[in-house]
Amino acid sequence: MPDGNYVRIEGLKRYFDVSAPWLVRKLEGKPRQIVQAVDGIDIQIAKGETFSLVGESGCGKSTVARLVVGLYPPTAGKIVFDGNDMSERRGQGAHSTLRRRLQMIFQDPFASLNPRWRVFDIIAEPIRAFGLSKDKADLEKQVGDLLRQVRLTPADGRKFPHEFSGGQRQRISIARALASQPEFLICDEPTSALDVSVQAQILNLMMDLQRRLKLTYLFISHNLAVVYHISTRVGVMYLGRLVEEAPTDTLFKRPKHPYTRMLLDTIPDLDMTGRQRAPVAGEVPSPLNPPSGCTFHPRCPFANERCKAERPKALPIEGGTVACHGIEENRIPIEDRSYTARG
Amino acid sequence: MANGSSWLHRAADSDIWWSFKSSSLTVVAAVVTVLIIGIAFLSPLLAPHTPFDPGSLSLSDGLKPPAWMTDGDWSFVLGTDDQGRDVLSSIMYGTRLSLVVGLASVIVSMAIGITLGLVSGYVGGTTDAVIMRIADVQLTFPAILVALLIDGVVRGLISVKRHDEIALFVIIGAIGLSFWVQYARTIRGSVLVEKNKEYVQAARVIGLSPTLIMVRHVLPNVTGPVLVIATINLGLAIISEATLSFLGVGLPSTQPSLGTLIRLGNELLQSGEWWITVFPGITLAALVLAVNLLGDWLRDALNPKLR
Amino acid sequence: MVTNNAPLLEVKNLRVEFPTRRGTLLAVDDVSFDIAPGEVLGVVGESGAGKSLTGNAIIGLLEPPGRIAGGEVRLEGKRIDNLPYEEMRKIRGARIGAIFQDPLTSLNPLYSVSRQLVETIQTHMPLSASAARARALDLLKEVGIPGAEQRIDHYPHQFSGGMRQRVVIALALCAGPRLIVADEPTTALDVSIQAQIIALLKKLCREHGTSVMLVTHDMGVIAETADRVAVMYAGRIAEIGPVRDVIKNAKHPYTKGLMGSIPSLGHRAERLTQIDGSMPRLTEIPTGCAFNPRCTVRGERCLVERPELMAADASRAACWLHDAGGVGTPVAPVREMANA
Repeated sequence: MPDGNYVRIEGLKRYFDVSAPWLVRKLEGKPRQIVQAVDGIDIQIAKGETFSLVGESGCGKSTVARLVVGLYPPTAGKIVFDGNDMSERRGQGAHSTLRRRLQMIFQDPFASLNPRWRVFDIIAEPIRAFGLSKDKADLEKQVGDLLRQVRLTPADGRKFPHEFSGGQRQRISIARALASQPEFLICDEPTSALDVSVQAQILNLMMDLQRRLKLTYLFISHNLAVVYHISTRVGVMYLGRLVEEAPTDTLFKRPKHPYTRMLLDTIPDLDMTGRQRAPVAGEVPSPLNPPSGCTFHPRCPFANERCKAERPKALPIEGGTVACHGIEENRIPIEDRSYTARG
Repeated sequence: MANGSSWLHRAADSDIWWSFKSSSLTVVAAVVTVLIIGIAFLSPLLAPHTPFDPGSLSLSDGLKPPAWMTDGDWSFVLGTDDQGRDVLSSIMYGTRLSLVVGLASVIVSMAIGITLGLVSGYVGGTTDAVIMRIADVQLTFPAILVALLIDGVVRGLISVKRHDEIALFVIIGAIGLSFWVQYARTIRGSVLVEKNKEYVQAARVIGLSPTLIMVRHVLPNVTGPVLVIATINLGLAIISEATLSFLGVGLPSTQPSLGTLIRLGNELLQSGEWWITVFPGITLAALVLAVNLLGDWLRDALNPKLR
Repeated sequence: MVTNNAPLLEVKNLRVEFPTRRGTLLAVDDVSFDIAPGEVLGVVGESGAGKSLTGNAIIGLLEPPGRIAGGEVRLEGKRIDNLPYEEMRKIRGARIGAIFQDPLTSLNPLYSVSRQLVETIQTHMPLSASAARARALDLLKEVGIPGAEQRIDHYPHQFSGGMRQRVVIALALCAGPRLIVADEPTTALDVSIQAQIIALLKKLCREHGTSVMLVTHDMGVIAETADRVAVMYAGRIAEIGPVRDVIKNAKHPYTKGLMGSIPSLGHRAERLTQIDGSMPRLTEIPTGCAFNPRCTVRGERCLVERPELMAADASRAACWLHDAGGVGTPVAPVREMANA
């Protein structure tokens, strides 16, 4: 198990009320509707590693990112960062110190930069907000260094975001996230809006920065191939729950949960030229009305009565955990997978 | 790729300027607007007479027709009214007053509307519901009725003499208060879109206060539609002031706006002295038309869907 | 598969331009390719490469002010690029089917699925209402909509994303077209659903002998589906050839970089291969080879002379490396960043 003292997420839940307004509900006799976006998640992240959360759209992975960074308050559970419970109320100063240490990189480089601001001011904002510069010259030096760190030039600071390509904007976004000298970066699909060749640039940059600045990443993605390259550990989410979590190699070489296996089966891979991908039947059910027991049971080829009735608990296995009755009962054989290298 | 271009250069290169240049009607409207505004605000220098200085008036100059008519006098190009005031000079001073009232009341309603709209959109919940219900209620009354109501209440509270002194502020307040709803609703709509964008979330991650986020991040990105409404409302506000003054509840005849001039002239229309009311009327129509055309163009130019 | 038959679709020197106030932008520049009957041609490229515009130009749905500025498009030997709108509309339903990225925009939210299918079928085929409905039902079954008998009268919003895309495919198949132009048909879908849609497209292609022009940025989708692939860059075709050759043995430096930058499950490297810089904007396309500022093997010739497609093993690539004259004296690539 990883050293769980750095980031510890325990029993994290977040429900959203998506009911119609009160009056409409009463008039039309509709019940309240609650989406269980995140329904009890435990994650431990060690310092310096990259923990990835993968899953299909609507599985709650982005909500986890926003909970960790404090954009939403959790419905239940707690997030402990370096010994500090993030949900505890504390003074403005202490809270600001904690915020400085964790920052976020967003998905859409066209929406994450204020279009009316110059790049210099965008990157300088966290430095100013946390009072990290001595004077104007120091601020200019810091912003210039940050721009160079993401392989832009200090002169780029005078431009507006629309003058940059998608990949360059994402680098500006990274520079802003690094401006407060954080230790822990939450990255919400940072490359999914980018073209592949640019995606490689950004992933390489992120890996370089991690090594150089000793950063810890929580990386959210739906792209398993990207996750395979960047992560130390991987968690797989399905309908608000963590179904499997393991070191990257274990997860990809010896996947256990049937949903993980299904995801791995569906990765379009270049080596599959002409090969028929085994398409999986069924679609993700609505999170408004999740299935009983193990939420994956309607799509699972191994499901039995117990799976329909009882929610499986996380079971430690081979350095990770898996929440599956079939694995627990040894009904589902665990097999090694191999992938051919391209070349 | 150093960015050496000046602000002026960027403006001249912008799409807005391009769309402006390629619409000749808009250019004409802009020229008319600038001309009217320029002349109005320079009226103390340009006007041939000072129509509201009782010392310079002479009843013997009264009711002169425009200069090109028989009995016309070239020192009173557009004729005079029954008090002997030069119509041209009255129009110039009156336009200035109409513009002051129009601009000031637009600023008042913008200030109220933007603040309430920002708060409503960003805070949400009960605050939002309360503000929007007040807006709904206000929308069920015509703006002019609201203005009449406010003016009536003020008149009931203070003496007539006192009222004449502060009439300008009362009417600005009355018109301003009756037009805020549109701003508030528009701003609220834009804020609801903008506040979920990632750049606002990024500011929240840094821990900026909601007020700072609203003012620094959200506000600059929602001002486009407000500018359009403001331009169109400038015309509306000028008309409202004219209407109120025409009805006799606006500005007193000692400081006549275009509306007051039209009302005063209207009383003499029956006896054939048409110029006293027609020329202020034409000025008012030209000003409002030009401002509205500018507003229409601005709305289209700022709407990316129509480009 | 590719045979000696006459090609179903021929595109010759196609140019698409956009007049703007800053001059005319050439978004598709001299693009030529063929599609054989029953063949799946993948057209791949990054955003702004001109791949979607090429597809839209072929089906006659360029958004104004975009227009075809040169070249020709032939379907079964007949020119279709210069047809009046009404005639093109008939061909679009009957001979060419179109599938777009967002299934919601292809379906009218106010009409039931049956009504949209029946209307399309009756526009292009002389069938009675009941016969058309029977055909609509068959199509829905064929594209794998469970409980088609009940669902045929549902409205688009009652279907999930994947099911909607199936309905769109059924709609494209109504009149039994010879060619389907599919523009990013899987991009808006989750991976597991993507696999289903790709399998469906392949099955239909096999069973009906329909040709497909598959426009996508996703090389994985192309790898699984296409027979041949055309790689586009800055409005031009950089490389075209059999899909295995292009993926395993790319001949154009851009294709090589592109393939290298796709993370693979086969091996895990410290760094991914990356192509520095980004695709030029249409206003700033360099002279010579459009890729030259990002190319690591460029020479002097690449800066001045534009390469046409030339034979390179089983593929054709627009690169002087495959010309007898070569690239000329090597030139160092442009470095975008101040420090490394």
